Amino acid sequence: MEWNFLAAIGRVTLRFMAAVGHLSLFTVETVKHIALPPFYFRIFLRQLMSIGYYSLPVVGMTALFTGMVLALQIYVGSSRFNAESAVATIVVIGLTRELAPVLSGLMIAGRVGAAIAAEIGTMRVTEQIDALVTLSTNPYKYLVAPRVLAGMITLPILVLIADIIGVSGGYLVATESLGFNPSSYIKNTFDFLETRDVVSGLIKSSVFGFIVTLMGCYHGFNSTGGAQGVGRATTNAVVSSFILILISDYFLTVLLLD
Amino acid sequence: MNENSKISLRNVSKSFGHKHVLDGLSLDIAEGESLVVIGGSGTGKSVMLKCILGLLEPDDGEIYIDGQQVVGLTGRKRETALKKTGMLFQYAALFDSLPVWENVAFGLMQAHGMARKEAKDIAIDKLALVGLDADMANRNPSSLSMGMQKRVGLARAIATNPEIIFFDEPTTGLDPIMGDVIDNLIRDCTRQLGATTLTISHDMESAQKIADRIALIYKGSVVWVGPADDIDHCGNPYVEQFVQGNIEGPIELDILKP
Repeated sequence: MEWNFLAAIGRVTLRFMAAVGHLSLFTVETVKHIALPPFYFRIFLRQLMSIGYYSLPVVGMTALFTGMVLALQIYVGSSRFNAESAVATIVVIGLTRELAPVLSGLMIAGRVGAAIAAEIGTMRVTEQIDALVTLSTNPYKYLVAPRVLAGMITLPILVLIADIIGVSGGYLVATESLGFNPSSYIKNTFDFLETRDVVSGLIKSSVFGFIVTLMGCYHGFNSTGGAQGVGRATTNAVVSSFILILISDYFLTVLLLD
Repeated sequence: MNENSKISLRNVSKSFGHKHVLDGLSLDIAEGESLVVIGGSGTGKSVMLKCILGLLEPDDGEIYIDGQQVVGLTGRKRETALKKTGMLFQYAALFDSLPVWENVAFGLMQAHGMARKEAKDIAIDKLALVGLDADMANRNPSSLSMGMQKRVGLARAIATNPEIIFFDEPTTGLDPIMGDVIDNLIRDCTRQLGATTLTISHDMESAQKIADRIALIYKGSVVWVGPADDIDHCGNPYVEQFVQGNIEGPIELDILKP
């Protein structure tokens, strides 16, 4: 019984180590193909549109309502010790440093990571990736590199837009529902906002973009077993992206704190 | 290795876990020859093809194309070796994200660096060669019937005028008339190109129509190889059982007997 338990732990550990090794090799191969020519510019542009432009509504909605809710919640808390004037500052710093990058990353993982895993997974099980190889085309270069690069570039742009929309949401609630003076709210927003607040959020979002697209490609690329395998790859891509975003968020925050 | 061989396999073995799929398989295909490999499901036909194309790495043995050892080739060397080949997949494996003409012209544009306009003109010519008119060029592959998809797949396989063409179960999933159309197209197109062809099939009628020689694979090795005309009276018990479709004989089936 005890032996079986140890064997089970060993099996899980070995499987985990193998998965980490596999993912590491995939990451190295991806980075290599991003850096080295040839570069599929047309596919890259298509991915910019797919990952960036078509994600605007979902990211915009997330940012708008997050900004609105944040203003309400911080108002409730800060009014307990007469610090209502801090609402604008906390909303903008909370959004730019943390909520806009993380929530946008999570939303993109759900929308884009899942779509990438499903598309590449379907290509795998229908032999389209094999067909690419037989046509002398490296699938890492053709499928993975343009998507990952597009993810790393578009997510910071989306987050910048989310910052603006989120702050606007907070402004709307503060001025229309909570009775804040519009000009003093705007003044408080920008007086205490520093460039590094925005930049740290953009750096985080670029890393999250890398994680989301890499996970989508990795799980799609390694999917097996027909339709069920594609479904599993899609779920794994989203779940692993969520977990890695949350874990890396902590370490990035520590790294970018000063 | 036979000096005159275009493709030569020497003692190729491949296992998946405890299952030996290829077991010391040796086969030579002469230049300009059409060889059809027949055999039951799971006997290693597709694995052999994938080993030649580099989609799978054999555990042991050597594979030569034009005298060049292709096992272990990676990166640019592999891409260069594959430039002289074309492949028609069992279910066509057309790229869903590209219109029909881009599927056909893919190898011309990606591997041979041809301009889009020139590649499109050639693609339309190749589509005409397989009996599809220019109106098809801008359609999405998913809107085509399986017979049409196979014809597009054939046009893609011959688009770069390859020296070697591989066909994986070309008539699977087609009605007898469309199967015959595909067989005729394969025979005519490859003769026109003077290409060496290796076809995998378990359709005896199709095999006899397109083959110069036929090889029978059983349990991962070749048990008979000879001229297509000899197959009905070769005296080999494996061939006789397979051609006649008898349950009784030296070929053991992986099914439970009642």
